[in-house]
Amino acid sequence: MRAIRRRDFLSGAALAASSTLFTGKVAFAGSDTRPRFVFIILRGALDGLTAVPPYADPSYARLRGEVAIGAPGAPGGALRLDGLFGLHPSLVFLNESFAAQELIVFHAIASPYRERSHFDGQDVLENGCARAHAVQTGWINRALAALPPDRSARRGELGIALGQNVPLVMRGPAPVASWSPSHLAALDEDTLQRITDLYSTDPVLSQRLADALSTQSVADASQDDSLMAAAGENPPAQLLASREQPKARGAPYKEVIHASAEFLKSPDGPRVAVFDALGWDTHANEGGAQGQLAARLAGLDAGLRMLKQDLGPVWRDTVVMIATEFGRTAAVNGTRGTDHGTAAAAFLLGGAVHGGRVIADWPGLSARALYQGRDLAPTLNIHSVLKSVLAEHLAVPGRALDTSVFPDSAAAKPLPGLIKA
Amino acid sequence: MDDPTLAGAIAANRFGLGARPGELARVGSDARGWLTAQLGGGAPHLQGSELRNSADILSQALELRRANHDARAAQNADAAAVMKVAQLYKPIYVDETNARLGEALTTERPLIERLTYFWTNHFAVSVDKVAVSGLAGSFEREAIRPHVLGNFTDLLLASTHHPAMLLYLDNQISAGPNSPLAQRAARRASERRFGINENLAREILELQTLGVAGGYTQADVTSFAKVITGWSISTKLGPLAGGTPGQFAFQPEMHEPGAQLVLGKRYAEGGVEQGVAVLRDLAQRPAIATKLARHFIADEPPREAVEHLARAFRDSSGDLPTLYRALIGLKDCWSQKLAKFKTPGEYIISGLRGLQIPDSFADKARASFALLGQRIYAPGSPAGWPDRSADWDGSAAVMKRIEWADALGQKLGTHRDAAQLAPQWLGGAMSAATRTSITRAASGSQALTLLLTAPEFMRR
Repeated sequence: MRAIRRRDFLSGAALAASSTLFTGKVAFAGSDTRPRFVFIILRGALDGLTAVPPYADPSYARLRGEVAIGAPGAPGGALRLDGLFGLHPSLVFLNESFAAQELIVFHAIASPYRERSHFDGQDVLENGCARAHAVQTGWINRALAALPPDRSARRGELGIALGQNVPLVMRGPAPVASWSPSHLAALDEDTLQRITDLYSTDPVLSQRLADALSTQSVADASQDDSLMAAAGENPPAQLLASREQPKARGAPYKEVIHASAEFLKSPDGPRVAVFDALGWDTHANEGGAQGQLAARLAGLDAGLRMLKQDLGPVWRDTVVMIATEFGRTAAVNGTRGTDHGTAAAAFLLGGAVHGGRVIADWPGLSARALYQGRDLAPTLNIHSVLKSVLAEHLAVPGRALDTSVFPDSAAAKPLPGLIKA
Repeated sequence: MDDPTLAGAIAANRFGLGARPGELARVGSDARGWLTAQLGGGAPHLQGSELRNSADILSQALELRRANHDARAAQNADAAAVMKVAQLYKPIYVDETNARLGEALTTERPLIERLTYFWTNHFAVSVDKVAVSGLAGSFEREAIRPHVLGNFTDLLLASTHHPAMLLYLDNQISAGPNSPLAQRAARRASERRFGINENLAREILELQTLGVAGGYTQADVTSFAKVITGWSISTKLGPLAGGTPGQFAFQPEMHEPGAQLVLGKRYAEGGVEQGVAVLRDLAQRPAIATKLARHFIADEPPREAVEHLARAFRDSSGDLPTLYRALIGLKDCWSQKLAKFKTPGEYIISGLRGLQIPDSFADKARASFALLGQRIYAPGSPAGWPDRSADWDGSAAVMKRIEWADALGQKLGTHRDAAQLAPQWLGGAMSAATRTSITRAASGSQALTLLLTAPEFMRR
């Protein structure tokens, strides 16, 4: 039995959709300006006061002690955004993006969640509701379901989760895909066909298998094309092998970023991608300008730079939202770290962003201003930001935003003008 | 349970680790009896001359860290030659996972292994934190296994006393703001500040006992964190030296003095006993019934089943064998057909058991777990691995299983007869479609791939 690529299997099986893979590309070449959206979940609660230090707040240095980030100009000091805020010195690409007016920084932002459990906090960030476990679907999926059908997307899949499984934010009625790099050999056509038959009476497994084959064929095609372009008609073996090389230092998200870009660039691929970045739960030895969190931020920053490079011209039509479940305590704790808090920082990045701005109704860090005497107080509901992004960028109907996408959220008005007109 | 071959398949797959050839015959017609019998026979200790205890491992790690620190401080040219802690831990992780997997592949008490995994996942530590990577195996052996057939209170106490848990959730450095250590530092106007770290206290309340809806407040988290200040680890050097290095030690120097109010109850100062008293109270009403029912019955288990388990826990004051017997006795366990999508780990182990892979293969099998998305001892968060189908049945995840199954089929197709194995794995749970598909396969390899990918083998 000859092992063949799944892409060949698909076309061999005469799936009508697969033909658009080739014809579609020509038709769209150079003219594909569909909006793209990437949502990156920083799981573990990013310390917003280190990522975006309010260096000029009179209480900041005192509360933060040895993990405080210095003022701009000081050694290891913040990268200046305005007279109050800076970026952590590791966030070099974000700083460049701010200067290029492709970044909005939000501060004192929070979901409606007001307790301090990571897992419920992430649930609320993803379910788009006022409380945890209110529904078993996510706001991105429900937003995709509210869009008119897009016939350019294969199997109607407008969303993709980069990972083996689909996170809550992407689960729901709209068809979505998941993808993760495979280091195993592809199956031969005959065996795949028999498994497909075996799954024909199993709605879940037949759907998953069909999705996987469809997604994989896009990935294979994009991968082949980009490698071909780089190496001529006969890609040398080492280029092909580069898919399996270990993660580059400073770019822990290399593989996932590269794949996201390939999918989003594909003319019949998804328009919305979601992935996780882990490791933000800095209870101890968090570090300041250098150290544990600084290294994580540098990795994220390098990954975002890579995403822009990989997306090429599509970056112009891209918006990336980077958010976390909640912030961390205003004061450093007894172990040179920070415990679970409330309001945090978030970022909106991309060629389509009307950027170069910090949006924050700053509550201050005085003892009186802190939420429950310990956390940065929330003054901006993340739903206001997300509604605006979904409406202005993806053209999700406003009525759906207030009802199905973010249920009972009419009080959270969209924050207009986040996307370039 | 009219059909004994179906009941046997449920016992071996839903409650066990997947049937090895011959296992269903041994289960026979009394599936519940086969499970109940496994509850006898003592704690599921894991033996192996290569397995070291956590104090031994940790004291070596502490010495290494000290040597690294000294070499750096002295700007010693040999600094790079000193082994890093991560290098010490890596082969330990390999030995531990080999032993654990080897047991999984051959055990005759698969229910007890499953229960061990359940509790290890409940009291989760994760090796993606380097400080824990050499200790996760000994944590399971020392804190979980001795109490799997004991009482929940002892499980909770053992877990909270174990260095792996203390390190994972940062409690070893948590010091009361009025502790002798903090007071001395303040008097000396030292730059080093001491205070509490509430990580462990919060996760015990949220994840290990009361549950997130358990009615505790931020004030309860903070005062419980103060109660367990001083729950730390012995070192050989430094201001807190003493005891056996690498073992649990209560450090009075770090402990917040005085009484604390936790969940409305006043706990008098009593050193380490203050924390033990709070833990004993927390252990009376853990939110465990839903989790157990979800794991063994269905993603959304019937309410009566959950209530039945909660009652069994309460009435027996947390006697775990009583709880397990209540579970085995639930009719829902036997009537809900293939309701659970196997986790990657369950899938791999059941495949390898079914193929009678010997325990010497464990070393090679380890990588499969990472490949399919469930690296051993690496849930990545104190919540442990999730336990619903949607957490595991993504299209990429399903495809990975199929590819893995095919790789195994290719390798073993000429050595194993799928048609002969299928009824020994699936018994009365096997569908006609699966039987036909295997019979008509084009080769032995393909037949094996089809058996491993069959819908009823993806689930339990």
